[in-house]
Order: sequence, then structure tokens, then C-alpha cells
Amino acid sequence: MTKDTQLPALKSAPPAPAPVPPAAQAAAAGTAATFDVRQLNVWFGSHHVLRNVSLEILPKAVTAIIGPSGCGKSTFLRSLNRMHDLVPIARVEGRITLFGEDLYGRGVDATLVRRRVGMVFQKSNPFPTMSVAENVTVGLRLNGLRQKDLLLERMERSLRMAALWDEVKDRLNANALSLSGGQQQRLCIARALAIEPEVLLMDEPASALDPLATAKIEELILQLKQDYTIVIVTHNMQQAARISGHTAFFYLGELIEFDQTNRIFTNPKQKQTEDYVTGRFG
Amino acid sequence: MNRWYHHWRKIKSSGVSALCLICAVVVIAPLAFVLFDCLKKGASSLDLAFFTQLPNPPGESGGGMANAILGSLTLLGLAGLIGIPVGVLGGIHLSEFGSPRMNWAVRFAADILNGTPSIVWGIVVYALVVLPITGYSAYAAGLALGFMMIPLIIRTTEEMLVLVPNSYREAAFALGIPHWRIVLNIVLKTAGKGIITGILLAAARVAGETAPLLFTALGNDSWSHNLSQPIEALPHKIFIYATSPYGDWVRQAWAGALVLILFVLALNIGVRLMTRGSAPHLAR
Repeated sequence: MTKDTQLPALKSAPPAPAPVPPAAQAAAAGTAATFDVRQLNVWFGSHHVLRNVSLEILPKAVTAIIGPSGCGKSTFLRSLNRMHDLVPIARVEGRITLFGEDLYGRGVDATLVRRRVGMVFQKSNPFPTMSVAENVTVGLRLNGLRQKDLLLERMERSLRMAALWDEVKDRLNANALSLSGGQQQRLCIARALAIEPEVLLMDEPASALDPLATAKIEELILQLKQDYTIVIVTHNMQQAARISGHTAFFYLGELIEFDQTNRIFTNPKQKQTEDYVTGRFG
Repeated sequence: MNRWYHHWRKIKSSGVSALCLICAVVVIAPLAFVLFDCLKKGASSLDLAFFTQLPNPPGESGGGMANAILGSLTLLGLAGLIGIPVGVLGGIHLSEFGSPRMNWAVRFAADILNGTPSIVWGIVVYALVVLPITGYSAYAAGLALGFMMIPLIIRTTEEMLVLVPNSYREAAFALGIPHWRIVLNIVLKTAGKGIITGILLAAARVAGETAPLLFTALGNDSWSHNLSQPIEALPHKIFIYATSPYGDWVRQAWAGALVLILFVLALNIGVRLMTRGSAPHLAR
């Protein structure tokens, strides 16, 4: 798995070792897929946004979702933690399981799903009325955790995991908005990590950041991959190539191709994928 | 040709600018007149006795409006007990929970109620509460003022909550926080200053209402120890004094008007200072 992450962004790169199909790889590792998505369809009103998407997302790996704007990338990501429940006109059909449990099954509480599946958004959105420390612990506090020492411990650990601790340890009580853009985004990652989710969804987490901050976020993603399943939507194909093990290419609401990242970028099976990754459209 | 056109455009521009300036002055002028007049006629009657003593009988000079000032504050408190919880919770419902159809009905009702003349509130409370239940009382007057506050607070609360960017709600939902917690600890907190602003403006608005009090509070010349008895209020006292034939009372009415307008002005200035502080929260 780690080999994928060293994949050069250039398309002229030598072909990577023989790819193993995701399912076989999961079986080899002795673990089932984190997410198993079957025949997922999403509508917003009468607009059919996602069509018959099926794929498996492997544990402790980075899966990138790429595709042109409006292709359903974010819609796909948001169906993994039931964010569409918040949109009255959204309708989701199909089956998504998280470690074998049906996320959309009868009696499944969407709130509990979201505690297991964390999310980081495109635009950093720390809560403006809270300090740095309060932002990190808010998920725990508002879910009923009261013990101060435990909160402090989780806060420090989350900030360390988000590679932010050293930068903010002296101003934990400062307003979260006083941090720089890149720091705010890492704060949001720390906030998502604090509730100890099993999966981290990231919706273009670095698209609003400068290259240096982007590099930090990418480094962080590679770190987090050792403990978390990460699904990341990105517009930046170099980024997908740098950090992901598998890549899914979406186009017009359909999953066109899903394979190891090196194959998607060096030897795609579909013409549309090739056109997109070589910059012919999108 | 071109040059002439350019000149004509300049003339039009300055004409419209001048018109705007005149309208702006028309807005400010009444406030200046009212303040100036109240100051001129009322300031001389403002003394410690005005704030601390009960009214004297007609013909006797001196005395004050202490009971009316305290009464007004009492009525504002009672009105707030009704208007603030109902208004704020109603506004939360509109912004966070309501279905579109229900929201339309509530907004429509609130807007109609906002435009309802205050004398109508007085008559309604008189007919439905004063006559059958309470008699003239502080409770009835507080109820009338409280009902007037509800539509004002509902609408401002809703507007403030709608201003809270959805990205905060999404972030909170994505943390698996229950909906009611999100509303209480994140959305309300973010909009907090705006909502308090709305409450203060509503209070300022009803503080000067007189018509509903005629039917409910009745007024008196002593301290009010019992809220189920008639109570005096500043605007009502001003009305009684200003229309009386006694020179001393009329002077005190001017002083009362000055106090009332300064109170409303202070509330508004307080609101300005507060909203200046809250701007960065929402301006992101």
C-alpha cells in the first residue's frame, strides 16, 4: 500500500508493480472493506445526481475521488456519512455498509453514523464563538463528555495528530478565527479526529489553501492513513496521485473507473478517464 | 453633442444626490426636533425628586414620577417574560425546524401582528383578560405588551439565525452532535448578539406604548406592590399629565417624555455598540 504513495505525478512514470484488485487486496490483508457501496443512486428533487455507483473502500488507505465539477464527487462523499439527510429534497437509494453495517438501514441513527464517519469540508469552518481548544473538544462536549482531564488529553492528542499542537499550544484559548487559513483547516481536522471516528471524509480539504499549507495537509493525510480510512475528494490530480492508493473517476454522476491510483493515471482502461487525467477536458 | 450630454449627465447626478441628501435630512430632523424640544421643556423639571418621589396631588408643586418609572420597568419585565421565550423559540422554529408551509403561515401571521395597531392589542386584552379575569392589573398590561413583542422578536430572531452560515451547521452535524444541541450551543451562540439586539429593539418599541395601557394598566399615584392591581407606567403618566390643566403637571410630562426618549435612545445606542462587536462573527 505504501508504495502507491510514492507514485510520481508524471504520467511518464514507469509502471508500478502489478496491480492487485481491491477486493483481493482486502482479502489478503484479512480485512473487509470499510465501505461497501452497492448501486448507490442519489436524486436532488428530480435531478438524478448519482447513478448506480458501486465500489469498495479499503481500510487504512486513502481513496481519492476525482472528476470534473458537478460530476457527483461531493454527493458521493456526503452519502457516506448521511449528510444528505439534512437536505429535504435529497433522496438516496442503494446500499452502503460500514464494516458490514447498513448505514441506511431501518432504525439506524444518522447522528451515530456521523460520529463514526468524520468529515472535513472544503472551506475551513471552525466555530467562531469558540477558542482553539473549545473547537477541538466541541464534538465530545456536546455529546456529553464532561471529565476535564479526559477532554484535555483528547484535545492535545487530536491537535498532535493534526500536526497543529506545536503551533497552537501557547494560544489554546485564542479565538479559532485568529489562526491562519491552513491552521484553521488543520484545526477542523483535529476537531473531526477528537471524536475518534473510524473514517475521515475530506471534501477538497486543501483547495482553498496555498501550496505550503497544502503540502502540510497532504503530509498529514499520509500520517493519518496509518490509523484511518480516508476518502478524499480533490480537483487536483497531482494531489490524488501523491496521496491516494486508489482513485475513483466520476463523470456525469457515474463511476467511470475505479482502480489503483497508478493505473488510473498511467494506464486507464476507459477513454474518458484518460482524457480527464491527461487534461483533455475538465 | 457629446460634451453637452456629459454636462447633462453631471447635472442629473448632482440633482439626484441633492434629493437623497434632503431625504436623509428629513429622516434626521424630526429626531433632532423631538430631542431638542423635550430637552428645552423637560430638562428644567428633571431633578432627583422626579426619579425618587411619588406624584403630588394637583395644585401642589413638586413630586415625581418614581412609581411610573418603576412601573414601566416592571411592565417591560413582565412583557419580556412572555415575549422573549415565545419570540425566540418561535424564531428558532422558523429558521431551524419548520416546514415551508408552516413557516409561511407563521411569518404571515407575525407580519400581520407587527402591523396591528397597539390600541387593538389593548382592546383585545381588555375584552379577553381584563374584564373576565384579572381586572385592571400589571399582569394584563404586561400581557398586552408581551404579545406586541412576540412578532417583533420572532422575525428578528429568524433573520439573525438565517444569517448564521450553513457551514457551521454542517460542521456540527458531521461531528454527530444532536440537532437540538447544535441549535442551542452553536447556532444560537453564533447569532446571540443579533438576537439580543432584536430583543432590546422590541423592548424599546413597546416601552413607549400607551394605547394598550389605557385598557389594562389604568395607572395610579402610588407604588405598586401587587401585580394584580392597577399599575402606573411612564407613557401613560405622560398622557395623563400632558392633557391636564395644571402647569406643573404639564412640565413634568415634558420631563417624563425626555426620560422616555432618552431610555429608548440609550437602548438603541447600546444595540449599536453591541452589533459592532458581533460583526466579525457573521462577516466571515
